[in-house]
Amino acid sequence: MLRWFGFKAAGAIVAAVGVVSATGVQAQEARYLASNCANCHGTEGRSAGGGGMPGLAGLSRAYFLEQMNAFRSGARQATVMHQIAKGYTDEQIAQLADFFSKQPVAGK
Amino acid sequence: MHRFDESRRRVLLAAGAGTGLATLGACATTPPVAEKRLGRVLVVGAGYGGATAAKYLKLWGGAGIEVMLVDRQTAFVSCPLSNLVLGGSRAIEDLTVGYEGLRRQGVVVLSDEVQGIDPVRRRVRFGKFADQTFDRIVVSPGVDFDFGAVQGLDADAQSTILHAWKAGPQTVALRRQLEAMPDGGVYVLTIPPAPYRCPPGPYERACQVAHYFKTRKPRSKVIVLDANPEIISKKGLFTKVFTEDYKGIIDYRAQNHVTEIDARGRTAITELGDRIRADVLNVVPPQSAAGLARAAGLVNTNNRWCQVDWVTMESTAAPGIHVLGDATFSAPAMPKSGHMANQHGKTAAAAIVELMNGRAPKPMMMANTCYSFVDDQRVIHVASVHRYDADKKTMQTVPGSGGVSTAPSTLEGTYANAWAQNIWRDMLA
Repeated sequence: MLRWFGFKAAGAIVAAVGVVSATGVQAQEARYLASNCANCHGTEGRSAGGGGMPGLAGLSRAYFLEQMNAFRSGARQATVMHQIAKGYTDEQIAQLADFFSKQPVAGK
Repeated sequence: MHRFDESRRRVLLAAGAGTGLATLGACATTPPVAEKRLGRVLVVGAGYGGATAAKYLKLWGGAGIEVMLVDRQTAFVSCPLSNLVLGGSRAIEDLTVGYEGLRRQGVVVLSDEVQGIDPVRRRVRFGKFADQTFDRIVVSPGVDFDFGAVQGLDADAQSTILHAWKAGPQTVALRRQLEAMPDGGVYVLTIPPAPYRCPPGPYERACQVAHYFKTRKPRSKVIVLDANPEIISKKGLFTKVFTEDYKGIIDYRAQNHVTEIDARGRTAITELGDRIRADVLNVVPPQSAAGLARAAGLVNTNNRWCQVDWVTMESTAAPGIHVLGDATFSAPAMPKSGHMANQHGKTAAAAIVELMNGRAPKPMMMANTCYSFVDDQRVIHVASVHRYDADKKTMQTVPGSGGVSTAPSTLEGTYANAWAQNIWRDMLA
């Protein structure tokens, strides 16, 4: 029974594979898109917290949308986010807002 | 249930030996996960690209995807931030992260040298361990140096004329050379023609060494011999830093292509025959996709790089083999950076998860932020966002997005450090 792939503890990510509904596919797409942010803001938006880099996990949908739009319009000053935010469509930003609002702040 | 054969046993034992069997302990108290077996992925190269791919194959693919990651090194050492070791504000240990975190995620991490990839039989030949088969393979081999492009840079010369363009022992050794150099000495850095790994890296390095000189050896000089027609990344910002912060220290010379060295005389010789003598000579040779990729038949562009399908990161030379990172033939305005390799890894992971679940992969977005330290505190960045262009079948930057810093700042210095902490966790924990 020992398999080199079989050691993963149960209770982890099992929902993503197998039969996936239409909403499941959309959720998976949002998850893929959100990985763009992880390099700086942490995996699934959970930042290690150093240097004032904000985590995105658990931010309300409304707040996330408002801030991203403020970066895009220039209403909120930034070092880099005004440049990054302009790379994404309204629809993508809405997907990201949904995704991060549903992420737990603490790690799994 | 598949057969538990002898070769797997050897790998299993090796993996267990490396983790103190901690994962087996977890297994004993946890009921088995009933999950469809989707396939087996081998990832070769555990740098920014490969480690990210392995991590995200487990995160997104679940227990149904077996992931084995192999690298010849036993720990990850980051190239980003390694110029700070030369500047003296970091130690190499600060940039070194082990693979335990990936093992905790269920990735089998092996330390071995891959001898060859057989794409037809879907088999990898290892050095120490038994051959392994795979359903898909991800190759993130990094770059090799073309030492032959610099006459005189033979094996003997390479022991004293360092590149330090892969973080590790060479980084530490170059720092020692700088420390040993008397005040009033000259450090010469040569930059190869683009494309090479980390476009802003050489200019950051010039700043780091100049910062060290300015604070500790103020009579010393930095001469940069750049094969390119001009500074190729963050030009305005670096030009300002060179001419203001490091006025009288950095002597930047564009269009100075060093094609020969005299190792004994520590002299760089340009293609026009100019001879520039150094106390510390640091030659960064031209680069190409690493030999492993070449041997597997993946190098199919300009005899140097691996062309990929940007939806799946699969090689255009060998479907089923995904190629990541600096080894790829870069899309327009896409830098060869660790950050970008991380994004490549996620694109490959998503594509493999989709394919193994019987769905068609969709194009992914990619973003890049490269931070450069101009001293021990202040930082500048270049950022870009890339989306798939279905007509041109490549990634293109999104018009109106991206850009550079307005000026060096300590605020971006803190962000750069946070970036490092978060990206290392993103790929290794």
